[in-house]
Amino acid sequence: MTRATILRVMAKTLIPFILLFALYVQFHGDYGPGGGFQAGVIFAAGFVLYALIFGLSATRRIAQPRVIEILIAVGVLIFAGAGVATMLLGGAFLEYGAFTPSHPEHGQHWGLLVVEFGVGVTVASVMIAVFATFAGRGRA
Amino acid sequence: MTSDLVSLEVELVTVLILTLLAGTAIAVVRMRSLLPAVMLMGIYSFLGASWMLLLDAPDVAFTEAAVGAGISTVLILATLALTTSRAKARERSPILPLIVVTLTGAALIYGTIDMPAFGDPGSPANTYPEPSYVERTEHDIHVPNVVTAVLGSYRGYDTLGETVVIFTAGIGVLVLLRGRRSREALRHGSGGDSASGSQPDEDGGSTEDRA
Repeated sequence: MTRATILRVMAKTLIPFILLFALYVQFHGDYGPGGGFQAGVIFAAGFVLYALIFGLSATRRIAQPRVIEILIAVGVLIFAGAGVATMLLGGAFLEYGAFTPSHPEHGQHWGLLVVEFGVGVTVASVMIAVFATFAGRGRA
Repeated sequence: MTSDLVSLEVELVTVLILTLLAGTAIAVVRMRSLLPAVMLMGIYSFLGASWMLLLDAPDVAFTEAAVGAGISTVLILATLALTTSRAKARERSPILPLIVVTLTGAALIYGTIDMPAFGDPGSPANTYPEPSYVERTEHDIHVPNVVTAVLGSYRGYDTLGETVVIFTAGIGVLVLLRGRRSREALRHGSGGDSASGSQPDEDGGSTEDRA
């Protein structure tokens, strides 16, 4: 943990807004620029900032490596699972209209939301895991 | 009148950004100290993102700013902390690489002469498919951001593939960097501890190394 007070206070002030902005980019991607990929990277940037200021072991307590590693796979499974779900509902793979057959556009909205969330989960956890692994190498 | 003025201003800003891009690139190449070079790479990414924003591609600019300027910079800095922050002195004469780079660059610039003008409505990218995704999104998906609609729905397979690529890359990095540590732990004679060496909380591996 760094002793610089200004850095610590500023990081603590900024990190909630970084995470909130990531969530905004994630769930507002249908209406403005952004989407799962950008949101995942921004979300991971919040954790990277935390690790830079408060140290890697403190970060590992919050973002436990075992959980992060599982989340890497969970994101892909959410995306592919959306495709399987549309197939079970009688549509083609990733044909989101099958979610709400009476209003295909609504199904498209749901599909985009779910799929982008899957992308965001995988991207964020890969970035956090890769950074933690790189940063952890020097201490071993 | 005003639109002419605005487009002139955009041109000026574009020229300024591209000049700064070239200047930053040359500075990065000429720098022997790697720490400032990494910082300049971050500035290069931000300039690139600004330029993409001028080309009306906010989604790409977003990615460039977040990945190029943010995560890449941090990852390269982490790598520098593990290796060294000074480039080795040049041993051979740079003339042959310079010729190769100049020829390749000239060929690429020659190739751009055949490209359609920026924003040309008759270019293949703007005429195919017909009707375009921009026109169809309004009816099919009811989403204002066509980029999200194309990435998530029309080209959903591609995006699933990209997500799998990121997944594979992440798993690859984890296996490469973690696997080595558990092998080192094995070599130091802690054969029975190999299972905990691959554990993410790394207590087994690092204590064995110190002992």
